[in-house]
Amino acid sequence: MEFTTLDEIKIELNNGSLSCEKLVQHYLQNINARKNLNAFIEVYDKEAIARAQQVDQKIQNKTAGRLAGMVIGLKDNLCFKDHGLTASSKILNDFESLFSGTAVERLLKEDAIIIGRLNCDEFAMGSSNEFSTYGPVLNPVNETKVPGGSSGGSATAVAANLCLATLGSDTGGSIRQPASFCGVVGFKPSYGRISRHGLIAYGSSFDQIGPFSHSVKDTALMYEIMAGADEFDSTLSRKKIETSNFDSSVSTPKKIGYLKECLDSDKLDPEIRQEVNTLIEKLKSEGHTVEPVSSPYLDYLVPVYYVLTTAEASSNLARYDGVHYGYRSPNATDLESTYKLSRTEGFGNEVKRRIVLGTFVLSSGYYDAYYTQAQKARRLIQDQTNEVFQKFDFILSPTTPGTAFDIGREKTDPTVMYLEDIFTVQANICGIPAISLPIGQHSNGMPFGIQLMAAKFAEKELLEFSDELMNKA
Amino acid sequence: MKKILEKYEPIIGLEIHTQLSTASKAYSSDGTTYGAMPNTQTNAISLGHPGTLPMPNATVYEFAVRLGLACSCQIRERNEYARKNYFYADLPKGYQITQDTTPICTGGFVDIEDANGDPKRIGLTRIHMEEDSGKSIHDIDPFNTLIDLNRAGTPLLEIVSEPDFRTGQEAYNYLSEMRKLVRYLEISDGNMEEGSLRCDVNVSIRPIGREKFGTKVEVKNMNSFRNVQRAIDYEIKRQYELYENNEEVHQQTRTFDAAKGKTILLRAKEDAHDYRYFPEPDIQPVSVKQDYINSVKAELPPLPSELLAKYLGLGLSEYDAKLLTESKDIALYFEAIIGHTKNHKQAANWLMGSIKSYLNEKAVAIKDFPLSAKTIAELIALVDAGTVSNSAANGDLFKALLEQPNTSPKQLAQELNLMQESDSDALLELVQSVLQKYPAKVAEYQGGKKGLMGLFMGEVMKLSKGKADPKVTTKLVQQELEK
Repeated sequence: MEFTTLDEIKIELNNGSLSCEKLVQHYLQNINARKNLNAFIEVYDKEAIARAQQVDQKIQNKTAGRLAGMVIGLKDNLCFKDHGLTASSKILNDFESLFSGTAVERLLKEDAIIIGRLNCDEFAMGSSNEFSTYGPVLNPVNETKVPGGSSGGSATAVAANLCLATLGSDTGGSIRQPASFCGVVGFKPSYGRISRHGLIAYGSSFDQIGPFSHSVKDTALMYEIMAGADEFDSTLSRKKIETSNFDSSVSTPKKIGYLKECLDSDKLDPEIRQEVNTLIEKLKSEGHTVEPVSSPYLDYLVPVYYVLTTAEASSNLARYDGVHYGYRSPNATDLESTYKLSRTEGFGNEVKRRIVLGTFVLSSGYYDAYYTQAQKARRLIQDQTNEVFQKFDFILSPTTPGTAFDIGREKTDPTVMYLEDIFTVQANICGIPAISLPIGQHSNGMPFGIQLMAAKFAEKELLEFSDELMNKA
Repeated sequence: MKKILEKYEPIIGLEIHTQLSTASKAYSSDGTTYGAMPNTQTNAISLGHPGTLPMPNATVYEFAVRLGLACSCQIRERNEYARKNYFYADLPKGYQITQDTTPICTGGFVDIEDANGDPKRIGLTRIHMEEDSGKSIHDIDPFNTLIDLNRAGTPLLEIVSEPDFRTGQEAYNYLSEMRKLVRYLEISDGNMEEGSLRCDVNVSIRPIGREKFGTKVEVKNMNSFRNVQRAIDYEIKRQYELYENNEEVHQQTRTFDAAKGKTILLRAKEDAHDYRYFPEPDIQPVSVKQDYINSVKAELPPLPSELLAKYLGLGLSEYDAKLLTESKDIALYFEAIIGHTKNHKQAANWLMGSIKSYLNEKAVAIKDFPLSAKTIAELIALVDAGTVSNSAANGDLFKALLEQPNTSPKQLAQELNLMQESDSDALLELVQSVLQKYPAKVAEYQGGKKGLMGLFMGEVMKLSKGKADPKVTTKLVQQELEK
C-alpha cells in the first residue's frame, strides 16, 4: 500500500480497512527500510503510534479533525514543544523547544500525526542539504544525487513515502527547489500568511513556512489550516484565508506571463526549456493567454537576496552564543572565549560564510553601499513585479535551471550553488506565493518542477490553477 | 568651580533611560515585577529562544506619547524599530530592539531652575522606545557571573537632552524634574535605586568665546541624582586640568566611582562598538495617528508645571505651591480639598501642616490617609464659621476624626463639646446677664475705662464654659455697651 493523497487514506479509514495505527506502522517500516536516505533526524515512533490510537478513537467517535489520517514530518527548524530542535546545527545540540509554533499547533489541532523531525541544511542555509551536522540527505529517486535544500529531508520524506506530507521553510527557494529535485509539490505562501512563530529565523523578512505533499489538494488543505493571524507574529496579514475550489469545470482562461530572459539563458537545461515551451504552447491551445514578460532586474535578484538575507541572518544567529542554551565549547574560559569558541566550533562553514557576509554588509562604512542599496533594489523589484501582476494572473518558469546534481559538487564552489536560486528568490524578495509542481521528467531519470508565482495573497487562484495544471500533465 | 567657569564653558548633555511600569514586557506577555526571584519573569520570548518573535505592547506607545505631549515634543506617525547588535551575556537575543532613525518623539523641552534658582529651559533631542537587557550579577558567586533575565525585554524610554546643561546642579534639577514628570504621568516609578531611572552624561568643556566644542567624554553608572551631579563636576574639573596643563582630552567612556568621587576610564574610542543598526524585520512599522494622540492628550493627568501655575494664581506662596506639586498624590489631594472649599490658603496649611505631620509620623502615603478631602474641607468650614477654634480643629478634633474617619466633623465636635458658642442669640443672653451682673463696671467702662473689656469677656467665657466664639463675643459686648 502506498498513498499519495489524504483522500485515499480517508476512504480506507472510513471503510475500516485501515487504521491510523496501521498507517503509522507502515510509514515506520518505510522509514526503517530507507534509513540510508538520512531524511529523519529523529523518529517519534512510540509517540506517533500512541497518537494514532487516539486519532483512531476520535474517528470512531466521529470527532476527528480534518487532518485525521495525515502523517507528517517537520523540518528541524520548526518548534514542537518538548521535542528536539537543532536546525541541523551542532550549536543547538540537545536543545528542546519550550513551545510549539502556530503552524504545528494548528495541524495538531486537526489531528495530524507528527512522526519525526527532518534533516535540512544548517539554519536553512543551502541548496543541497549537504550542510547539515547530521550529514547529507540522499535523493530517493537517485541516491547519488542531492535532494535539494534547504528542506531536503522534507522533500525526500514525501517522495520516498516516509510520511504523507511534511513542513519545510522557504527563504529563497528552500521548499520549491527540493520539491523540484524530488518530484513532489512544494508551496511557499505569501509572506505574512503563515505565522513564523515557532520557525527558527534565517532571513526574517523572507522566511515562510510551507507544505510538501503529492497533491495540490493536500497542499491547499494544510495551507488553509496553518494560515491566518495569530497573537505572536506582528508581520502577519489579517486578510481572509479563502478556501480553494478544485472543481475544474469552473476554470476560466488565464493570463500567464513567462520570463523570456530566463528561458533563453544558456544556464538552463535544454530539456527543461523544451518542456516549458511545450507547456506554453499547450496552455495557449487551451485558450489561455501566455506572453513573455521582461525581467529588467534579473541580474539583481540573487545579489539582493544574499545581501538582505545574510544581513538579517547575522543578527538572527547572534543568539546562539554558548551562554544561554545549546552548544558551549568545553575550551571556553571566559565570556569572550565562550562566544568565539562556541560559535567557531558550533556553526558549520556555510553558516559562518553567511554570518560574515551579513555582518560585513551591515557594518559602518559599508552599510549604505550594500544594505541600503539592496533595500532600494528590493523595492524596485517588488514594484516591477506588482506591475506584472496588474496584467497577468501568474508567472510561469522552471523551478530550477537543472535537475538534481551529484552529491559533493556544490561544496567546492559556493557561487555555483547560489545560482540554483535564480528562479526562486523573486517570490521571497516580493513576498508573493509560489509553487513548484512535479510536472517534468528528464531523460536522465530525474524529475523537475514547473514554478508558478501569483500576486501577493492570491493563494486561492494559484492553488486552483496549479491543480488544473497537475491534472492535465 | 567658580574659577573654572570664569574661563571655560562646560557643555553637558544627559541620556535618561526610564523603565516603564507596564504590566507586561515590551514584546511579550511576561510580567515585569521588580524583585521577583531571578529568571521567573521569563518565557521563551524574553529568553530569546529560537523560533520566537517580538509582539509589541501597545501600552508602550501610549506611555511614550504621554511623555512626548508633556514635554511638547513632535510625535512621529510612522514608527519603525531597529536592531542594535552587540554581544553581552545578559542580552539573550544578541541584539536590542530599539528605534534608530525614527524616534517616536523629537524636540520638546523641560523647564528647570539653574544653579541660581533662575528658570532655564532644557531642550530635548529625542525620546525613543526600546527594551532593557537582563542583569549580570558579579558579586554573589565568587567564580561565576550570574545572569538574571527577569528584566530582559522590559520597556524603556530613552530621553536624550540637548547639550544645554552648564553645571552638575542643573543636571540634578533636571533629573528631579524628569522623575516628577514620569511619576505624574504614571509611566514609571522613577526609582533610581531600583534602576527604573538611569542616566548617562556627556561632558565637554571649551574656553569661553570659542565656537568649536571640546572633546566629549561619556560617563556611565551613576546610581543617584547626587552622584550624577558629582560625576559631572568632577569631570569638568578633570578636563579643566587637562586643558590647563596643555594635555589632550580623549574621547572615551568613563564610569563613576562614588566611593572615590572620581570618574574612571571604561573604554577608549577605538574600542567603541559598531552596533550595525538595521530595521527590525520582525515588527511592522507602527502608526501613531493624530486621533490617537488626541485621545491620549484628553486623558493626560494634570502636569506639575500646570498645577504650580494654577496655585500661584490662587494666591498661594511660591513655597507652598512648590511643596504641594512636589508629589502628584499630594497635589491631587489638594485638588480634591479645593474642590470643596474656597479657602485655598487653609487647604494648603492643613495639607502641609497637620496632614503632613501625620503622614510623616505614621510613615504612610497620602493615598492611605484615612480622611477624605471632603472631611478636611468641612473642618476648614467649621473653623471659618467660628464653630470650632483652629487649635481645636487641628488638635483634638483631628485626632478624634482619625479614629473615626467616617463620622462628620461637626457631629464629632458636638460630641466632644468642642463647638464654639457663636450663636448670636444665645451669646447675647449671656452677654446681657454678665452686664446686668456688673452695673457699676458698665458705668466705669462707659466713662472711658475701656480696659474693663477683658473682665466682661472673661465672665462671658466662664458662663459659656469656654465655648463662646471670642470674635462674636467681643462684637456683642461692644455693641451692648455702646447702646
